[in-house]
Amino acid sequence: MYYLSDKEVKALEKSANDIRQSIIEMLMAAGSGHTAGPLGMADIFTLLYFHILKHNPKDPDWSERDRLILSNGHICPVLYATLAHRGYFPVEELLTLRQFGSRLQGHPHRGALPGIETTSGPLGSGLSQAVGMSMGLRMNNEYTSQYVYCLMSDGELQEGQTWEAIMMAGKEKLHNLIAIIDRNGIQIDGNTEDVMPLEPLRDKFESFNFDVQEVDGHNMRMVADAIGKAQAVYSQPSVIIAHTIPGKGVDIFERDYRWHGNPPGKGPEDKVKKPEQGKEALRQLRSFGGSISPSHLD
Amino acid sequence: MQLAKHLNPKIFDNDIERIPNRDGFGDGLVEAGEKNPNVIALSADLTESTRVNLFAEKFPERFVQCGVAEQNMASVASGLAAVGKIPFIASYAMFSPGRSWEQIRTTIAYNDQNVKVIGAHSGVSVGPDGATHQAIEDIAIMRVIPNIVVIAPADIHEAKKAVLWAADYEGPVYIRLGRSAVPVVTTKDSPFEFGKGQIMVERTTHTKQSVGIISTGSMLHNAILAAKELNDLGVGTSVLHIPTIKPLDEEAVLDLAETHDLTVTVEEHQRSGGLGGAVAEFLSEKRPTKQIRIGVDNQFGQSGEPDELVAHYKMDKDSITKAVREVFSI
Repeated sequence: MYYLSDKEVKALEKSANDIRQSIIEMLMAAGSGHTAGPLGMADIFTLLYFHILKHNPKDPDWSERDRLILSNGHICPVLYATLAHRGYFPVEELLTLRQFGSRLQGHPHRGALPGIETTSGPLGSGLSQAVGMSMGLRMNNEYTSQYVYCLMSDGELQEGQTWEAIMMAGKEKLHNLIAIIDRNGIQIDGNTEDVMPLEPLRDKFESFNFDVQEVDGHNMRMVADAIGKAQAVYSQPSVIIAHTIPGKGVDIFERDYRWHGNPPGKGPEDKVKKPEQGKEALRQLRSFGGSISPSHLD
Repeated sequence: MQLAKHLNPKIFDNDIERIPNRDGFGDGLVEAGEKNPNVIALSADLTESTRVNLFAEKFPERFVQCGVAEQNMASVASGLAAVGKIPFIASYAMFSPGRSWEQIRTTIAYNDQNVKVIGAHSGVSVGPDGATHQAIEDIAIMRVIPNIVVIAPADIHEAKKAVLWAADYEGPVYIRLGRSAVPVVTTKDSPFEFGKGQIMVERTTHTKQSVGIISTGSMLHNAILAAKELNDLGVGTSVLHIPTIKPLDEEAVLDLAETHDLTVTVEEHQRSGGLGGAVAEFLSEKRPTKQIRIGVDNQFGQSGEPDELVAHYKMDKDSITKAVREVFSI
């Protein structure tokens, strides 16, 4: 279990806010990339890299580390920003995102940058790799406490391969596998329940022999608690359905699927004109600390 | 003409032993598993017909049954490799790499994970199962992916050697196998060197015309039979066997092209994209050469007996000699 003092929660929220600001700066510098997903997952990435994961930024290949797989590679700005703020590489390098010769490829590539466990981008194959890693670690040690965290989007659950992996994880009772789904309800073409409904999602995972928890993905204590519980499940794989607000922290982005694949400066103009979008986002993050919207589960 | 050392002495006999080359994979995998505890085998519900059953019986704790899910199998193997395992994934070539191409490209080859993809049941010689199960496009789709080695062994011995080599090699490998019993052309002592072709037949010299045949996989036997017939007809014919299609042994191909009037490639694959394509791409840049590509001509296969299908799609000995004779008008 993970105990978080008020001070620790505040520190994590501060780091998450720094990461959100970096995400905006990166996207503005790149002129392309995804906005809503990275902002929505900033809290969970911060919690994992600053409090939960067994890892060592100075020794990214440490063999005893936990593994974090980002399956929906398109939200990599949040992965890159978190790795940089955690000390894997210089924060200044974030501004090279998507540029020619950059280590920060448009979608993450293993080997290009320290801390990237796998190449991803084409959706739906991360969980399969996480299953393989969980099995391999368990072959080395049946009671392994090395965990494999697979961070996934909700939209990618529409890929058939995901369900092949879910079926196999259930069959193999992978106790060290913890999938975390960014249930933000949007995908490029619209809301998930309009494009291809996923509900009842909890029931689906339960019927595939997963331990299922649902959390507010912006509540550090709630997510940490769920991860602690998932680690304690010894006869099943675990999934945490994290309800998040896409674009969290900036009101012009929040809950609007049109911000899934657009960077600030190229998104819809009904609230703020394009040239001002990035500045407005940074202004909000700096002045309100990224706490504009109340938790939607309240 | 001169035959390579270590060829089966019964090479020209009708009663030459015939064994599926997938048997060599089965034996080789067990031996690789004995040598290295990190070797793992994965199957997608085709354990016996791919001969993974031998490994699964001997090392049940290192065998992973994936069910009928080739895409998942490819990426699970990537994950196993990421934590230090050496996974061999086995299915029919039509399904793996056929169905799992993108997973192999992204999560294995681009991701640079040490996974060995075993595609059994390639070629029309799969036979009665028909075109849905006859992979004749697999060399093309694997060859075009960077960072992956493509090997098509001729027979059981070469398959075993290729598997043992692949287990030691660090990086993605595709090994192409067949279903039917094919002539055992080589012997246990025949050399197998990764990335190297091997001259199996050296032509009769002082002939008016000459032809260099380049074969891969189990078509080696037909190539050797055709070479004998052509040499007897007075066409100096050599055979270069290319088990490693990628990387191509460019030196051997160039040498053959420079020393013969005509180049012929022979493979149980579409005429486009496979060995013939690789040789044509290389020679067109280095030494534009007249080349005949023996293979399936832009068609799907069908049900039938292996030999009858190989003949129907013009990859048998007679089709090879006929194609050469037409060029030389003899």
